[in-house]
Amino acid sequence: MRPMSLPAESSATPKAMPIAMSVRDLRASYGAASVLKDVNLEVRERTVTAIIGPSGCGKSTLIRCLNRMHEAIPGATCDGDILLGDRNALALDPVLLRREVGMVFQRPNPFPTMTIAQNVAAGLVLNGVCDHAVLAETVEKSLRRAALWDEVKDKLDAPGVGLSGGQQQRLCIARALAVEPRVLLLDEPCSALDPIATGRIEELLLQIKDQLTVVIVTHNMQQAARVSEYTVFMLMGEMVEYGLTRQMFTKPTDKRTEDYITGRFG
Amino acid sequence: MKRHFDADLDDLRGSLLRMGGLCEEMVQSAVKVVIERDESRLAAVQEWERQVNALHIEIDDVCLRLIALHQPAAGDLRLIAAAIKINSDLERVGDQAVNIAETGVYLCKEPKIKLGDIPRMVQVAVGMLKDSLDAFARGNVDLAREVIKRDDEEDRLKSQTFNELVYLMQSDASAIQRGMGIILIARNLERIADHATNIAEDVIFMVLGKDIRHSADPHPASGMEGADAKLKEG
Repeated sequence: MRPMSLPAESSATPKAMPIAMSVRDLRASYGAASVLKDVNLEVRERTVTAIIGPSGCGKSTLIRCLNRMHEAIPGATCDGDILLGDRNALALDPVLLRREVGMVFQRPNPFPTMTIAQNVAAGLVLNGVCDHAVLAETVEKSLRRAALWDEVKDKLDAPGVGLSGGQQQRLCIARALAVEPRVLLLDEPCSALDPIATGRIEELLLQIKDQLTVVIVTHNMQQAARVSEYTVFMLMGEMVEYGLTRQMFTKPTDKRTEDYITGRFG
Repeated sequence: MKRHFDADLDDLRGSLLRMGGLCEEMVQSAVKVVIERDESRLAAVQEWERQVNALHIEIDDVCLRLIALHQPAAGDLRLIAAAIKINSDLERVGDQAVNIAETGVYLCKEPKIKLGDIPRMVQVAVGMLKDSLDAFARGNVDLAREVIKRDDEEDRLKSQTFNELVYLMQSDASAIQRGMGIILIARNLERIADHATNIAEDVIFMVLGKDIRHSADPHPASGMEGADAKLKEG
């Protein structure tokens, strides 16, 4: 299958940004089960790209391949090209790659034994930063970027797990942002959150996209429509359609996309 | 997979077509006031207008509810967006029909006057309205395009009628009020054709997702401008 071309440029489309990450002929499997079939995708810098599709279509596997978490699963394999800018991501040290390509998961997972500040600083500490001033500055900056600072600035030494679900998820985003990634992957980050917490995360994504590239997997199509410029629709391991979100949700080109986003699927 | 939402959308289509049917009847009856000098039809036109106005509000309400509860996308969204606009166009068609009937009642009380191309304008406008609603019901893009093409003929007929009536009024001052009545009716019919054109454009958007409005200039200089120029010359 040839690469899924990027949405055509026109005066009606947002200004095209350079390519942040690209995937070529990507195949992934769990043992004998093939999960991704020759996926080709180019993710633009400083945009939000949403990946939608029914359960089991391979969307989480796709983003897990982007920061090489997929291959950490026993029996999981991945084949094809993944480029971060013009560098071969598969040839990079996975730990270094994950500094540049951070990830936030479905369920908030602050480190249970750490305070709020320690959670945010964990990545830096792991990378050998021990200057307290630098750490304190990074904690504040990251919490501000994650729109959590005002709510926690007076209790930075409290346990991270003591926060509400929505605050914990923003704490995890702050933790991911602390190491200044170029790309942030989010795997259904709002599925366990109430609408208010979801709204805060969405606002946050719209704010941080000016500084980094965001790829979000979501089951909530309205969320995809609200926060992303580009949308990818996946089905049974294949990328069916990739286009401008506003076009995808008003005039999809593939009938399978139309059936999925209008709830006729099945 | 058939969704409950599909039944709601079918009801929406049905309500719009019912409203469209009422509007067609209103226009047909209103022009009979003029052509057959039958002022008794005004009451029916006014009663239908009340029904059309009630549907106007009801359909808008249904559309807002469907958007709020279902967050429609793609073809569903385009259908509802088109329905909101078609609803508005039909309500205006109803208003134009009432205007024709009311002007017609005035004319019934006066001596007969030349109708110019009014009968042909009625045929074209009513045909366009009917076909635009058929195109909506069937999602027929070819028919919708056909309707749009016919708008030029209506514009031409209106200009012709204006010119004839202006000439008549210049030569017979006693015919000015009645002549203005016919000009207003020609204008009402031309507006009905414009609303039918809008509906046809909405059908194309609904089916293809393609917005063809303002893609070319389908309305050359209006007859009113021509008439104004003639009056100034006169």
